[in-house]
Amino acid sequence: MLPELSRDEILRYSRHLLIPEVGLEGQRKLKNSSALIIGTGGLGSPVALYLAAAGIGRLGLVDYDVVDASNLQRQVIHGTSTVGKLKVESARDKLVDLNPDIQVDIYNEPYTSENALRIARDHDIILDGTDNFPTRYLTNDVAVFLGKPNVYASIYRFDGQVSVFHAKEGPCYRCLFPEPPPPGLVPSCAEGGVLGVLPGTIGTIQATEALKVLLGIGEPLIGKLLLYNALDMSFDFVKLKKNPNCRVCGPNADIKELIDYEEFCGVPSHDHEEGSAGAGWDITATELAERVKHNHLKLLDVREPHELEISALPNAVNIPLGQLAARLSELDSAEEMVIFCKSGSRSARGLELLASAGFKKVKNLKGGINAWAREVDTSLPVY
Amino acid sequence: MPVLRIPTPLRVYTNGQSEVTVNGSDISEVLTDLTTQYPAIKPHLFNEGGELRPFVNIFVGENNIKDLQGVSTAIRDGEKLMLIPSIAGG
Repeated sequence: MLPELSRDEILRYSRHLLIPEVGLEGQRKLKNSSALIIGTGGLGSPVALYLAAAGIGRLGLVDYDVVDASNLQRQVIHGTSTVGKLKVESARDKLVDLNPDIQVDIYNEPYTSENALRIARDHDIILDGTDNFPTRYLTNDVAVFLGKPNVYASIYRFDGQVSVFHAKEGPCYRCLFPEPPPPGLVPSCAEGGVLGVLPGTIGTIQATEALKVLLGIGEPLIGKLLLYNALDMSFDFVKLKKNPNCRVCGPNADIKELIDYEEFCGVPSHDHEEGSAGAGWDITATELAERVKHNHLKLLDVREPHELEISALPNAVNIPLGQLAARLSELDSAEEMVIFCKSGSRSARGLELLASAGFKKVKNLKGGINAWAREVDTSLPVY
Repeated sequence: MPVLRIPTPLRVYTNGQSEVTVNGSDISEVLTDLTTQYPAIKPHLFNEGGELRPFVNIFVGENNIKDLQGVSTAIRDGEKLMLIPSIAGG
C-alpha cells in the first residue's frame, strides 16, 4: 500500500501531479521510496537537492568530510556559513529546510567494505557521487550484490559521464571498466580541476535517471552511457553490453563478496591532497626551508604552466609532469633536487619516474607548494 | 579519414586537440597512427606488453570494440571513433 499524500503535500507536489507520467500514484511511489547518495560533494549536491524537492520519502547521505571553502565553487548544497561543519549535517539542514516532509538519514563515516552493505541494504536505489575509484568499485559491487540500481556519474574538468548500472537488467560498472587505471594515470578533480557548473549539469541528469527508475517511466540509461562535454556542448550516447567475463555480474563471477578496494585500485578512497612519496622520499616544507638556507638545492616544479601564476617558488625549474619523461636530459642526476607540485601527488609520481631513471638524490615536497604556503611563506595563497 | 575524439584527461598528450584525424582501416592501424603522431599518449593506452589497457574503451560509432572484433575491428572512412576514459571525479 502506497502512503497517502497530505493536503500540504498535494499542494507542494502539484506540478508533478499535473504530469500524467507522475500523477498522484507516482508521487505516492516517490514518497514510499528511498535513495542512498554516496558523497555530498559536487554531484551529491544537486542530486540531494532535487531528490529532496521531488519528494523521495527517505534519503540517505554518506560522507565523512567537512565543508571546505574550496568546495563552494560547485558544491551548492553547502554554504559559506557551513564551512568547517560536517558535510552530511550541512546537507541535511539544507534538505530539511527545502522539504520538511522527507526523512534524511546521515552516515558520517567513510563508505567501506565493512559498512556499505548495512547502509545500502535499506534503500531502493543508490546514486554514486563519489570522487575516487575505490569507492566507485565498492558502490558498484554493493549494488550488484544487493540487486539494486546504481545511478552512476563522474566528472573531470569539462567532461561528464552518466549511466544506470543495474546488473539485473544490463551491464554493471565493471562490465565497462573491469580494472581501474593504474594509480596516478588519471588525475582527480583536486589535481586537475573541474568546471563548477559541470557537476550541476551531470548531477541533475543523475537525479532525473533516479526519478525515472523509481517511477518506472521513460527509458533509463540502462545499457547506455551518456558522455557530455561542456566545451563542445556535446551529448554522445554509446551502447554498453553486459560483459560475459565480468567478475561480479557475469555467469562465472568469481568476486562474491566485497574486497579491499583501496588495494584493488592502489589508491586511497579519497581525493584529498597531501601526497606522499613514501618513507624516506619525502621532505616537509619546514625541513626544506631549513635546507635551502645552507645548501644549494635544485627545485623542480612539475605543475602545469598556468598554475605558476597562482603561486611559485623562486628559482624553481618548471617541467610539467606530462613532459618529464621526454625532458630528463635537462636534469642532472648528480644534483640534489626537490620535486614539488600543488599538493605532493603529481610530484610523487614524478619522483618515481626520476628514481626509475637512476636519479637518487631527489626528495618529494610533502604536501606540495600548498604546504609551503601554509608552513613557510604565508604570503603565498593556498589553492 | 576517421576522426578520433580525445577525452579531456588525454588531451594534454595531443597538444590540446579534442579530435584527431587518424589513418587506418582498423582500430589497430588507427592507434598506431595516433601514437606515431602523439607518442606521449602511448603509455596511457597500452601496457608494457603492448596490449591495450583494460580500462581503455574505444567506441566505433556507438559500439565498444570489445563487443566487436577488438583492435581488429574494421572502420570506414569518416567514421566517428571515441576514446572513453575512466574518470572518478564527483
